[in-house]
Amino acid sequence: MAPVQKVGNIDAKKRSSQKLAFGFFTFLSYLVVAILFVILGFIIIKGGSVISWDFLTKAPEDGMTKGGIYPAIVGTFYLILGSSIISFPIGIMSGIYMNEYATNGKLVRFIRIMTNNLSGVPSVVFGLFGMSLFVNTLGWGDSIIAGSFTLALMSLPLIIRTTEEALKSIDDSFRHGSLALGATKLQTIRRVVLPMAFPNIITGLILSVGRVSGETAPILFTVAAYFLPQLPGSIFDQCMALPYHLYVISTSGTDIEASRGMAYGTALVLIAIVLVVNLLANALRNYFAKKVKMN
Amino acid sequence: MKKFFEKIVEGGLLISGSVSSFTILLIVFFLFKEAGGLFNTPATEEGYVLAVNEKNDVTKLSPEKIMDIFDGNISNWKEINGMDQEILVFRFSDLTNYYSEEELGDEFQYVPEKISELVAKEPGIIAFFPKQYLLEKGFQGRVLPEEKITPGEFFGGTKWYPTSTPAPIFGLVPLLLGTLLVSIGAIILSLPFGVAVAIYMAEIASKRTRDLLKPIIELLAGIPSVVYGFFGLVVIVPLIQKGLHLPVGETAFAGSVVLAIMALPTIITVAEDAMRTTPRAMKEASLALGATQWQTIYKVIIPYSISGITSAIVLGIGRAIGETMAVLMVTGNAAVIPTSFFEPVRTIPATIAAELGEAPAGGAHYEALFLLGAVLFLITLILSISVEYISSKRKI
Amino acid sequence: MIKIDAQNVDFYYGDFHALKNISMQIEANTSVAFIGPSGCGKSTFLRLFNRMNDLIPDTRLEGKIFIDGRNIYEKGEKVDTLRKNVGMVFQKANPFPKTIFENVAYGLRVNGINDKEYIEETVVKSLKQVVLWDEVKDKLKDSAFALSGGQQQRLCIARALAISPSILLMDEPTSALDPISTSKIEDLVHELKKEYTIVIVTHNMQQAARVSDKTGYFYLGELIEYGDTRKIFTNPEKESTQNYITGRFG
Repeated sequence: MAPVQKVGNIDAKKRSSQKLAFGFFTFLSYLVVAILFVILGFIIIKGGSVISWDFLTKAPEDGMTKGGIYPAIVGTFYLILGSSIISFPIGIMSGIYMNEYATNGKLVRFIRIMTNNLSGVPSVVFGLFGMSLFVNTLGWGDSIIAGSFTLALMSLPLIIRTTEEALKSIDDSFRHGSLALGATKLQTIRRVVLPMAFPNIITGLILSVGRVSGETAPILFTVAAYFLPQLPGSIFDQCMALPYHLYVISTSGTDIEASRGMAYGTALVLIAIVLVVNLLANALRNYFAKKVKMN
Repeated sequence: MKKFFEKIVEGGLLISGSVSSFTILLIVFFLFKEAGGLFNTPATEEGYVLAVNEKNDVTKLSPEKIMDIFDGNISNWKEINGMDQEILVFRFSDLTNYYSEEELGDEFQYVPEKISELVAKEPGIIAFFPKQYLLEKGFQGRVLPEEKITPGEFFGGTKWYPTSTPAPIFGLVPLLLGTLLVSIGAIILSLPFGVAVAIYMAEIASKRTRDLLKPIIELLAGIPSVVYGFFGLVVIVPLIQKGLHLPVGETAFAGSVVLAIMALPTIITVAEDAMRTTPRAMKEASLALGATQWQTIYKVIIPYSISGITSAIVLGIGRAIGETMAVLMVTGNAAVIPTSFFEPVRTIPATIAAELGEAPAGGAHYEALFLLGAVLFLITLILSISVEYISSKRKI
Repeated sequence: MIKIDAQNVDFYYGDFHALKNISMQIEANTSVAFIGPSGCGKSTFLRLFNRMNDLIPDTRLEGKIFIDGRNIYEKGEKVDTLRKNVGMVFQKANPFPKTIFENVAYGLRVNGINDKEYIEETVVKSLKQVVLWDEVKDKLKDSAFALSGGQQQRLCIARALAISPSILLMDEPTSALDPISTSKIEDLVHELKKEYTIVIVTHNMQQAARVSDKTGYFYLGELIEYGDTRKIFTNPEKESTQNYITGRFG
């Protein structure tokens, strides 16, 4: 008969090559997991011993080798707040426009390409842009408002995309049902579509907060202060921020060795924010996914 | 009334919809607005002049030559095709070496005459001094014509000395090569991992394992770049230095390792999504012919999803090229043309981040950094558009 | 000679009991048709013969299936060896994004055959077997996607035949085709059953009557009736079979 049947050991050969390949892939996958845990573990262990109530509530002292990081925590909080106020409404509205209103295929495609391009723009370019427009041209100077605008523009693509996807996942029958009852398009969106898409939109917003909290390059020239013992008084003041603080004390502080401990602590706080944000987003996603299943 | 309200809201939606496009345009406008001035800026420091003895036949000096002269690397005019004459470098601050304060006058009113005199006296002199001290009538020397920084010097320049006086030098090449070296190194390191994990997650892992891995990959993507940089600085850099017996651990290689970890989530997610689009029917057809799962993966699934995998790689490169903080913290930042993977290098984003704070707004250095930003923007724009093109192309 | 012997087969998708205590014997070099309304389990049963259901997570099989006297679900039985012997043609033509030639050669290559001449010979022979050769001989290097739906399905049959299986499973192979392509494939089945054991799942009762020697009627996961095609279509024993065949439901 045909040689297919004759070559008996070929089956063994291809099976062992599969075993080898799969073993290799599995190994690499777990290696990636291990890398993450090494990074997390390292920073948690090294930073854990630094974290204390004082560390979280006091200003840096002694050339940032002692004391705490309170002003940086507050600064990052202000920046998150400021950029969210700007980016959430614009991003959500933009997503609504893209999915619910824009009918011109070419226009939608153009906007989508532009949004993708925007998400590919390096963060340092956002920094340059923010400095040129907000700090210099508009004359706001290094300020919370300039930093917030820069961060907001940077986080727009993520918010637009998640909003769009959240809206897309909602079946048209709900829209038709509402429209058939005489509701206007806007009423339909507000009372039917948005409430249903809400959980997924929120997930996107939370992830964007995580990203904003950790970005350094955009705030480098628009808001971040090397050292400020007092808290900012208005949106036109500079402020400290966690990521920039970590950069400063680990590379160009007055005494890098002495401030290592502070650096580990700051890194841990940053990691903690990211962990909380991701857990929150995941929990929310699972919670609402279950809810939808039950209905 | 209600109708009117709806119209307003819809108008707001339309405006919001155009915000991302508008932002891109603004970025382009402001980057080029600030950067464009560079080629209108004099090559030498503004408000200063360079003068030589009248008998000197050198008429033009490039910024690089000027720097070499003032650094003492060129000591005779014949090295730059001039006469055989030792070069005498004269900076304005040297003035008191030649003349006493009385000779210069208590309000420096005689300075222009004295400079003129000195230039006339010394045949090999090159003098660099503020324009206000140039004798208006009867200057006994030749003022070199004011050169502009040319695009050729910027894009083809092999040196980056932004603070050198009298002529700063802005050469893109070392920074561009540094950026490419670090990014390509990163992709070479992370590609096998990224594709392997993508294959594992799309085809091998059980649903439960996958549900566990997914959030871990997301977490990896969520860690701020400055934390990666810090981890690289305190762990990877010393490890590389000791492990490879290098004089410094802050090298292109360190940057590539950190960037490779950072590019992983992008590559994994995009490549996995691409592999998942392979139709089930195609997988079944292969298995039904007696192919193993692995044969099916490399003979059917990978060829089918190759455009998506390519997109993943290009996106990963884009990520790596634009990354700033982590690279700034671990690559050592030496702005020279890299000759080895195990030497310090400096990338475009790191240069911008490190120098913009010290560059006075509107000056040549400031403009040069914005031009770097524009170059970076164009590179990532080209990458974004090529991803668009790759993923829109039909298979076979 | 008994080719396929299923004994007391039960099959579950999670909690769903998809096949209920089915026993059936299929003789070598005959063609058997499975008929029944959608969701009756006929495709599921077919896909047990080459263990295609292994790919679906959370499924469970009870009972035994023997092919050529070997229990194919026995521990240690290799699924790729089995599938080499049991070819399959799917509901929708599913060629690979490769050339026509490479589609047919695929099965040979994954089974370790590198002999160029033998591969060429086999590809030509297989394409002739499915009466596609004259239509494609000048464009073997073209993409398989350039062929019409009917041609693609015949290409998929050629692909299955190239590795010389002894059984050919066909899962509604003509449901997506026009009448002319359908009749070409039916003619083909007639030819092929001389050399192969053919099991075909179909929605189309005329097709079952035309191509099969025996017919099994499935309903709600049970094998209601199994016997000579002529008898099933003219004088079924069960009322349910009668109702289905005369079109009272389904």
